[in-house]
Amino acid sequence: MKKMNITKTTKNNLITYLMVLLAYLAVQMLLLTGNISSLMKGLLVPLCIYVMLAISLNLTVGILGELSLGHAGFMCVGAFSGAFFSKCMDGLMPDSLRFLAALLIGAAVAGIFGILIGIPVLRLKGDYLAIVTLAFGEIIKNLVNVLYIGKDKNGFHFSMKDSISLHLDAEGQVIVNGAQGITGTPHDASFTIGIILIFISLFIILNLINSRDGRAIMSIRDNRIAAESIGINITKYKLMAFSISASIAGVAGVLYAHNLSTLTALPKNFGYNMSIMILVFVVLGGIGNIRGSIISAIILTLLPELLRGLSDYRMLIYAIVLIAMMLLNWSPKAIEWKEGLKRHSKKEKEVK
Amino acid sequence: MKKFNKVMSVVMASAMAAALFAGCGNADAGTQAADSEPATESVASEAGGDSAAAGAFKIGGIGPTTGSAAVYGVAVQNAAQLAVDEINAAGGINGVPIEFKFEDDECDAEKSVNAYNTLKDWGMQMLMGTVTSGCSVAVSENTAQDNMFQLTPSGSSVDCVKYDNAFRVCFSDPNQGAASALYIGENAIASKIAVIYDSSDIYSSGIYEKFTAEAANQPFEIVSAEAFTADNKTDFSVQLQKAKDAGAELVFLPIYYTEASLILSQASTMGYSPIFFGCDGLDGILNVENFDTSLAEGVMLLTPFAADAEDELTKNFVTTYKEKFGDTPNQFAADAYDAIYAIKAAGEKAGITPDMDMSAICEAMKGAMTEITLDGLTGVGMTWDASGEPNKAPKAVQIKDGVYTAM
Repeated sequence: MKKMNITKTTKNNLITYLMVLLAYLAVQMLLLTGNISSLMKGLLVPLCIYVMLAISLNLTVGILGELSLGHAGFMCVGAFSGAFFSKCMDGLMPDSLRFLAALLIGAAVAGIFGILIGIPVLRLKGDYLAIVTLAFGEIIKNLVNVLYIGKDKNGFHFSMKDSISLHLDAEGQVIVNGAQGITGTPHDASFTIGIILIFISLFIILNLINSRDGRAIMSIRDNRIAAESIGINITKYKLMAFSISASIAGVAGVLYAHNLSTLTALPKNFGYNMSIMILVFVVLGGIGNIRGSIISAIILTLLPELLRGLSDYRMLIYAIVLIAMMLLNWSPKAIEWKEGLKRHSKKEKEVK
Repeated sequence: MKKFNKVMSVVMASAMAAALFAGCGNADAGTQAADSEPATESVASEAGGDSAAAGAFKIGGIGPTTGSAAVYGVAVQNAAQLAVDEINAAGGINGVPIEFKFEDDECDAEKSVNAYNTLKDWGMQMLMGTVTSGCSVAVSENTAQDNMFQLTPSGSSVDCVKYDNAFRVCFSDPNQGAASALYIGENAIASKIAVIYDSSDIYSSGIYEKFTAEAANQPFEIVSAEAFTADNKTDFSVQLQKAKDAGAELVFLPIYYTEASLILSQASTMGYSPIFFGCDGLDGILNVENFDTSLAEGVMLLTPFAADAEDELTKNFVTTYKEKFGDTPNQFAADAYDAIYAIKAAGEKAGITPDMDMSAICEAMKGAMTEITLDGLTGVGMTWDASGEPNKAPKAVQIKDGVYTAM
């Protein structure tokens, strides 16, 4: 018998790609036949955003083994830089090109912030990254809230006080208006673009994991001292994983900004709660399990919307469902029971 | 790795606990909403029995009924329900009853768009919402695309009514800022003014900016302008000290009443007693728990609605609202009540029927809105122009002997 030339990991990765592709085709079919509710139609792009955030955080938490509590901060940075670019360039260049450039800028800016934070913090052992990223997320949110940027024919004006002290001339336009954020970002995001971006992020992350660099990163996670002893440059690899994770979050942010016409940095969308929410996606989907993150991000984003029928009780139900899912997925007893079921069904098959 | 897991589990546990608490805090709002729901259904079905063939108008509402801004969302939901029940009892719009459904948006633009789509799936024909500015701007993008008629009770930022299908009941932020500056200047209340505002809040910073812009044309001078943020809103001694040092005779507070009540008590501890002047956000300051209302003596505010007003309409509204929801209605409730009646007036003028689709209703309503005149809770003889802004006179009230009195 000839052995198949596909390794287990390749097969695993192909299943992940295929799953996303099938989901895309299924939704496209529904869209074409018009069998989809407006609620679902409106949720398609946010779903893509949360999936990207979950898989990128999984790179930091699952593969690198560092806890990051500021993922929403990177998303915020990406969202504001991308939206700022789009707002400035609107009408000056073709829409598709502008959006592409905005995505790249969002990724670059978020990546740079990731490196800036990573350089000092990732040299340390222990849980310092969690503390620093938590602070970073809050700082970014507050910073954006006092930032005023306007544009007129003399160029850009900056202020940290209020929009009056920008001293714009009559035709001047306030682009970033402090707490009021950026309004009127062009609506460029679509489901297809979202799926393409998910594919690109998946490709980057899965290939990184299965590369020489990825194995080095995982060796740091599993035993730092052993990794150091064989000459792996710890800071370099940690920085690599962390900044890639940050820039994918930045891209998700750009997509977010181009999906809604208002972009404000509230505790609700870019605060601590959001970072925890993304972490919940990762933990429930399985730390280090990319496919699991995708599934849990989709389920947990859909759940509160599908529970709308319960009016305000849905908040309570949602929390209970989270706990129940966590117990069912990860408690040792539940795992034992699931294994038992598997063995049982195998035995039955053998008997037959 | 072990330690990492430990930290992780602590974080997750706290997150879950927080989620649970958030759920509990909202439970009573939930029961309130649940209480009011059966009432509508029965009224709707009763009225529907008379004109069963005609069906019903489906009006949707969006606002935060959970989270930090829940006070406003719940007020709007209750008052709109009240208005809908009244209209249905009186025969509906052109004899057709109204069905009203309210969805929560948690004061999040993304959730607000989801809520809008949910309502669209339900078959909404007109939107009364959304309550907060940021969400309203995001949703107006969708309503403009679908050509859905939108009337926001309290979305005050300029961009809320950017499209021609959107109207509002409240004043816009710039309007309030300019009107306040104008009022102070014309009545020569003070010559040196200090402003304390919330720079992280759209409402507050919007008013502040226009106030400052208009102040340049007025005979008074702004001697200090100090900001605070949502993360830092319990101690105002620094801001008050600066105002006092600058010799301000009047402190302008374009903020909500919770912070204003703290400012008032801290100023009195400092022995600083200027005139305090505020906007509609200050409405409700007399109901703050553990607040010594004598401190609010002499506070002036520019608001379209005072719950203690003596006219018949307000009295009836306040009594029924108290009876049903056990609470004194605030300005948001009044705005929502007027919004439903404005929809009724415009609907009757346009002669819409429930079998028209939302785009046709929108076209008819857009024209009719500019033709109606409404005597509501928040103004007598309100009219709208095509820009979506209401025309009504702001009322200034002063707190005297613990009640709001018109000036």
